[in-house]
Amino acid sequence: MDRSFLQKVARAIANTQPEEIGCDECFAELDRFAELARSGESADALMPKVDDHLQRCRDCREEYEALLDALDAIDE
Amino acid sequence: MLNWLSSTDASDSQAVPSTNDEWMTALQGPDPDSTALEELRQTLVRGLQAALRKRVPRRADTLAEDFAQDALVKILDKLDTFRGESQFTTWAQKIAVRTALSELRRKRWNDVSLNDMLSEDEGGPTRPGVAASPEVEDDPAESTSQRLLMDRVQRIIQEELTERQRKAVTAVMHDMPLQEVADRMDTTRNALYKAIYDGRQKVKRALDDEGISAQRLLDELG
Repeated sequence: MDRSFLQKVARAIANTQPEEIGCDECFAELDRFAELARSGESADALMPKVDDHLQRCRDCREEYEALLDALDAIDE
Repeated sequence: MLNWLSSTDASDSQAVPSTNDEWMTALQGPDPDSTALEELRQTLVRGLQAALRKRVPRRADTLAEDFAQDALVKILDKLDTFRGESQFTTWAQKIAVRTALSELRRKRWNDVSLNDMLSEDEGGPTRPGVAASPEVEDDPAESTSQRLLMDRVQRIIQEELTERQRKAVTAVMHDMPLQEVADRMDTTRNALYKAIYDGRQKVKRALDDEGISAQRLLDELG
């Protein structure tokens, strides 16, 4: 196994939390999380498990970022 | 759906909904209000155009129209799951964005098999359009203690993870979207995330049992 790759995996293992939510739970909360973030509230503090999942899951993070872009546009 | 969208008889339509209750009233049932449907479609298109311009700038407008149409069907199908915890349009846009990005990923990764992502030593990256970088087995900057530690970590990963978990971790860590890996493993994105999470927990516990705490590992990794 390539060393830099192994280090990346090891870092992910070391940062594993006792409780993490999956993609479905994240998606179920994503609209509320996005509205909190856009209103200036600390979405990460209010919904830490969603925030944690978004840090870990690139698919969900991309969708969240795209959702923010979309919401900005429809509010214009 | 197409009949609803092409039916623009204003006499059958109500005002454009603004509250969640109005949206639900307009869209629920076998004959959704055509004005509300068209307003929602236009809203989704506007949002998707903005979201897609950053990702597929040349095709954003065309794709937004197509994805909005697909998303409308899903939204109507899922109406009873709307919990009213956000604005209806935020919830609907969330579904539209996932519909769009899932389809973009599917097209982008269509020709890449899971095996393409997994070289013999489970280390070879083959992202579409990106040449594989040469493998480096040993980092000269790595100290002896770091090397020994990483050897132990690698051994524990090999011992604790199933082959399926190792494949999933390898593909995802090499930037293959989780959804695409899940499709190729005949599972769901959520189930695959949970499987990888279970694997991470298992390895972390095994490391801990061998006296390698998460903090020590992070300290060593720098």
